[in-house]
Amino acid sequence: MSQMSRRRLITTGLAAVAGASGLAVAARVARRYGLVPPDHGGLYGPGETLTYAAQRLLTTHSLAREFPRSMISKAPFANEADPPTDEFKRHQASGFREWRLVVDGMVDHPLSLSVSDIRSMAFLNQITEVVCEEGWSYVAEWIGTPLSEVLNEAGLHPQVRYIVYRSMEKMGWWESIDMADALHPQTFLTWGMNDGDLPVGFGGPLRLRVPRQLGYKSLKYIVHLTATDSMKGFGKGLGSASPESGYAWYAGI
Amino acid sequence: MTFPCGSWYAPAVATVVSPPQTKASRHTALVRVTHWLTFVAFMALLITGAEIVISHPRFYWGETGNVNMHPLFTIPIPASRDTVPTGYGYVMPDQNGWSRYLHFQSAWLLVLTGAVYLIAGLWTGHFRRNLWPNAGQRNLRAYTSRMGAYLRRAPPDASEVHSYNALQKAAYLSVIFVLVPLVIWTGLALSPAFNSAFPWGVNLLGGRQSARTLHFFVSAALVLFLVVHVVMVAMNGFRNRMRGMITGRVTSREEQP
Repeated sequence: MSQMSRRRLITTGLAAVAGASGLAVAARVARRYGLVPPDHGGLYGPGETLTYAAQRLLTTHSLAREFPRSMISKAPFANEADPPTDEFKRHQASGFREWRLVVDGMVDHPLSLSVSDIRSMAFLNQITEVVCEEGWSYVAEWIGTPLSEVLNEAGLHPQVRYIVYRSMEKMGWWESIDMADALHPQTFLTWGMNDGDLPVGFGGPLRLRVPRQLGYKSLKYIVHLTATDSMKGFGKGLGSASPESGYAWYAGI
Repeated sequence: MTFPCGSWYAPAVATVVSPPQTKASRHTALVRVTHWLTFVAFMALLITGAEIVISHPRFYWGETGNVNMHPLFTIPIPASRDTVPTGYGYVMPDQNGWSRYLHFQSAWLLVLTGAVYLIAGLWTGHFRRNLWPNAGQRNLRAYTSRMGAYLRRAPPDASEVHSYNALQKAAYLSVIFVLVPLVIWTGLALSPAFNSAFPWGVNLLGGRQSARTLHFFVSAALVLFLVVHVVMVAMNGFRNRMRGMITGRVTSREEQP
């Protein structure tokens, strides 16, 4: 074996060992700092993990773009919703007076709030864009109570990592977000839109707006919030119903 | 030692030995590996990008756009959503879930491969040596005369087995330094989370829907490059050029097309 090829073999070997241990360390660090999404397994896990980790390093505190009032869309698109259940129709007939938002899981004080309970809490407005994964979008003013207000009232346990939220649509469609988005100042339990009540088509009486993620994370008809430190035991453990039907859990892209 | 094609040299005794050839080094390992990784990433991005477009084959200009608004243009195909009025009365199957996962994973492959290529290319002088126009190529004539030769379908110069002509360099440099950076930028401008951290990225492009429309057009330009690139390879010695990009070595004797 010549001098050159031996040197080359040694450097290649060292580089391979360094690379492998570097990857192992990176994986440990990523897990430690919450940079691994619940749907990190499978064929598309590496890309999804890279995206989520990069976003969490870059965007934890950044604010979604807000627009001037003049840019509010004249013709927003509500998108189609599943036909309302009988239960939803009953709520709609009674003006959503009986609608309850249950807050449970790893909290000091489990809550059951009516829409007017939520409306009487602190509220804010934001003019942000709804962005559908299909490609279309619209800008609207959203009026609501920051999710963090409700979570503070319930008193989150320190180990909480995800907020799971459920809709009355599609037989209980559910999603979850990490604490960076759950405690984000623009994440609203929305009950008003463009100076009026939030129309049913756009998610009324209660929609969770997550403006830094695609529209499918902004579930309509919210009835249930659960604080948890792990997605194990929620469906298939992939974080939400979206990965179970083939869509990414993290939709900030 | 090289034997130019059409050599004046003829052996005194007829032999059955094929004309002598040398195998010259053409592409470095770096160029070959990054070329094929980019090819894999680009094909995946193209297929999944088309799938994503099918869910809303309408394009707009400005910040917002949806089926209640006038499109800039539409692609006349059925959509994979029944909310899009295409006039076909037929809804294609929804492939967006895996398409989106694969699109972003392939985008990572493209970006990481591109970063390695860019850094190594600058470090080793690849851009300066192989892609930057040399002294004889920095005039309009170098471009017009080569274009004329292409249009006449004249066989390539012997030197073109080992180096690029002015038009090739212009094409490769625009893909590497203009189109790929643009397609990455317009793609990132479609990420709501990325836009929250870097709002100027999308604002400079004229809004979200403008960014999406530009992403589509830049992708179309890259597809056009791919088609011309493959046609040129096929017309100018497919086997030799494929061998060059796979093994790194080419024969100096051009194959006859």
